[in-house]
Amino acid sequence: MMNYSAGPATDQPGTPHEPPDEPPAIRARALTVVRGPRTVLRDLDFSVPPGQITGLLGPSGCGKSTLMRSVVGTQAKVTGTLEVLGRPAGDAALRSRIGYVTQAPSVYDDLTVRQNLEYFAAVLDPGRAAAAHRRTNVTRAITSVALTSHTDALAGNLSGGQRSRVSLAVALLGNPELLVLDEPTVGLDPVLRRDLWNLFHSIADSGTTILVSSHVMDEAERCHRLLLMREGEILADGTPDALRSGDETVEDAFLRLVDEADARRQHGTATSDPAEEAAR
Amino acid sequence: MTMHTAPDTPETRRPAAISWARTTATAARVLRQLRHDPRSIALMLLVPCVMLFLLRYVFDGDPRTFDNIGASLLGIFPLVTMFLVTSIATLRERTSGTLERLLAMPLGKADLIMGYALAFGTLAIIQSALATGLALWVLGLDVVGSPWLLLVVALLDALLGTALGLFVSAFAASEFQAVQFMPAVIFPQLLLCGLFTPRPNMQPVLEAISNVLPMSYAVDGMNEVLKHTDLTANFVRDAVVVAAVAALVLVLGAATLRRRTA
Repeated sequence: MMNYSAGPATDQPGTPHEPPDEPPAIRARALTVVRGPRTVLRDLDFSVPPGQITGLLGPSGCGKSTLMRSVVGTQAKVTGTLEVLGRPAGDAALRSRIGYVTQAPSVYDDLTVRQNLEYFAAVLDPGRAAAAHRRTNVTRAITSVALTSHTDALAGNLSGGQRSRVSLAVALLGNPELLVLDEPTVGLDPVLRRDLWNLFHSIADSGTTILVSSHVMDEAERCHRLLLMREGEILADGTPDALRSGDETVEDAFLRLVDEADARRQHGTATSDPAEEAAR
Repeated sequence: MTMHTAPDTPETRRPAAISWARTTATAARVLRQLRHDPRSIALMLLVPCVMLFLLRYVFDGDPRTFDNIGASLLGIFPLVTMFLVTSIATLRERTSGTLERLLAMPLGKADLIMGYALAFGTLAIIQSALATGLALWVLGLDVVGSPWLLLVVALLDALLGTALGLFVSAFAASEFQAVQFMPAVIFPQLLLCGLFTPRPNMQPVLEAISNVLPMSYAVDGMNEVLKHTDLTANFVRDAVVVAAVAALVLVLGAATLRRRTA
């Protein structure tokens, strides 16, 4: 178990280096993904420490979703090394250990909220013997995304934000060891966003690793650790505090890193980035 | 395992090829989805009955023609309906992201396919029972063999339709395209299956083609029941061919469900 003090958002200490006795939850070496003619991810090296919230930040189209799909094992043409929870990504044994929320809510519009969750719970935990356990899990998941009052509404009749919360609830069902969340807070109001981040923190406090993407930089402050991405490459990797210098916001830091990277590229210096070193 | 694990995670195992509980859960889910769409159910169940009714009075002066065409149609309706329903339903599953989600979960491809086959098979039984009952006892379709055999062929046809729909949905990028596959895949079989003219009367090349199309055997099987009291060798052959093609296409359909996509 990790020993983070409970409590939401604000500057979590988030150890800059993972503890030596705990292997990383995700470890990538020379990870490259090609989609059609494009190389979407280029030679990435990073690791995600266990029991923490790692934010994957970058502009849309920079490869965040592709990276997440690779971790979950639904992305084709992945080369290099990608280990998730100690196994190669996509290994069949990982399927019940990872919760995954796609960017577009993936739920059945012609089922109610409860029926959606009941089905996915039955896939995770099949059989009559587990029925009581499933019911508890379903109710708990609905409660944690604050949809108790919409339990019997058809998913198709819900608002966009509500549907994405149903999708999130599905991922929470099986007590996964790793939660991969692709922009889970897009289109939500500030109160709900804060509540969800509090939820993510309490989930992480119980030992679950969370990899969450966002293109909203202010959410970066709420992560223990950040991976800043741009055009298929990782610009920086570290705690929010380590990435900032002085009074910078994470957004400022991101822009500075982008400018530095562009300047380096113009000077024709080679690939490995000093920015990453500096950030540590 | 040396990994950091959440406290109450069950022991991880490799999922079995097919899980009965997951298959039935999937079938129940598909039926629940349909239950929220009563209009589709009504259309699926009633349209074949209305068509048979219409046909009976189109051939009012020629009951023998109604016997021939009516029996053939009892085999064709379930195939066409299930083809349409399955191709659209699985296409929606692919485009809504739920397929990706399911395949990232411990669900076997066979669980999903058999779940669909089970759900739509159930519906096909109801549809065929209604249509067969109406044809035999209300419209006076003259069948020498057992009505149960008609139902068996209808069910196999429904399975074939489900299999073809599943397979074709992999090649359709939109529901618009999926609907266009219906004339492309079903109509040629409809023309060549012996519904309009006995297959031996066709131009030899067409007859040869009709010999390799599964719907021909579905219609032949129905006609066997129409003309013979007992279970003929031809009937068994026809039923086996339809079942085997359905199984083959289901396997091909399973190959189109990919866990990893570009």
